Amino acid sequence: MNCYEAIDLMGDAIESRVPSDSRAGFQEHLDECPACCTYFEQLRTTVSALARLPRRGDPVVLTQNLRDAYRRRSR
Amino acid sequence: MSDIEAPFLAKLKDGDEAAFAGLVTDLGPGLLDFARTFTSSPALAEDIVQETWLAVIRGLHGFEGRASLKTWIFSILVRRARTIAARDARLHARAAARASEVEWEPGQGRRGLWEETPVPWSVVDPEAIYQSQEALQVLQAAVDGLPEMQRQVVLLRDVEGLSAGDVCNILVLSETNVRVILHRGRAKLRQALDRYMRDGATSEGAAPSESVGRVAARGIR
Repeated sequence: MNCYEAIDLMGDAIESRVPSDSRAGFQEHLDECPACCTYFEQLRTTVSALARLPRRGDPVVLTQNLRDAYRRRSR
Repeated sequence: MSDIEAPFLAKLKDGDEAAFAGLVTDLGPGLLDFARTFTSSPALAEDIVQETWLAVIRGLHGFEGRASLKTWIFSILVRRARTIAARDARLHARAAARASEVEWEPGQGRRGLWEETPVPWSVVDPEAIYQSQEALQVLQAAVDGLPEMQRQVVLLRDVEGLSAGDVCNILVLSETNVRVILHRGRAKLRQALDRYMRDGATSEGAAPSESVGRVAARGIR
């Protein structure tokens, strides 16, 4: 597998969804290509970090307006 | 719909206020973040979320749970937001200003992904990055700076953790489209982290707050 094919598979690889017939080739490419290997590791770390982003702003509370709308609807 | 969600949906339809309040608390921050991708106006983003909840309340009884609640609610937000934000001229100005960037295309290799050969980051354990407030701030600023579609796909897929299929449904995009947009967005975020990690590596011992200061000074946030 060359860099072009490997790069196209990186998105799938992050989710462990590389098609089974490409899996060995993808791994072999990473083993022999330091650029793709480093890039892929960093991409994976980036994606994992995204899931850990703290929530911004004040905690959301139910506004009276919405509570009323919900009550009216449920009656 | 999952087995866990069915009883919860029944409560919601039944007028269980605690259940509804829980839903608003759970999804509210994510919805607001997502609404902000459609408009540069914080007030408008809040309006979009408010209108989304009102539409959820109206639609709750007709909702059959073919999609998850979360996917359904985000889909409603997209429809509301597209209607409301279409009137927001600033949005178009912003999108047009970004058209010149080189974007990654499938089959084009590293073009749009990296210029110089990637150098491993000095930290061995990625956990150090996840634990670093500063690194996460850099990442958040980079997310905020992404072009609109990339920001939307990244938020839904990687921050909210929705499946690829759900993201396609919510944004009404093909799977191929979502894959390409996601890869482009992730590539820019990796680049932002890379810049941050390498700055730290070259100016050893520099006060960590300095690099965050630089980010703020560039006005990304």
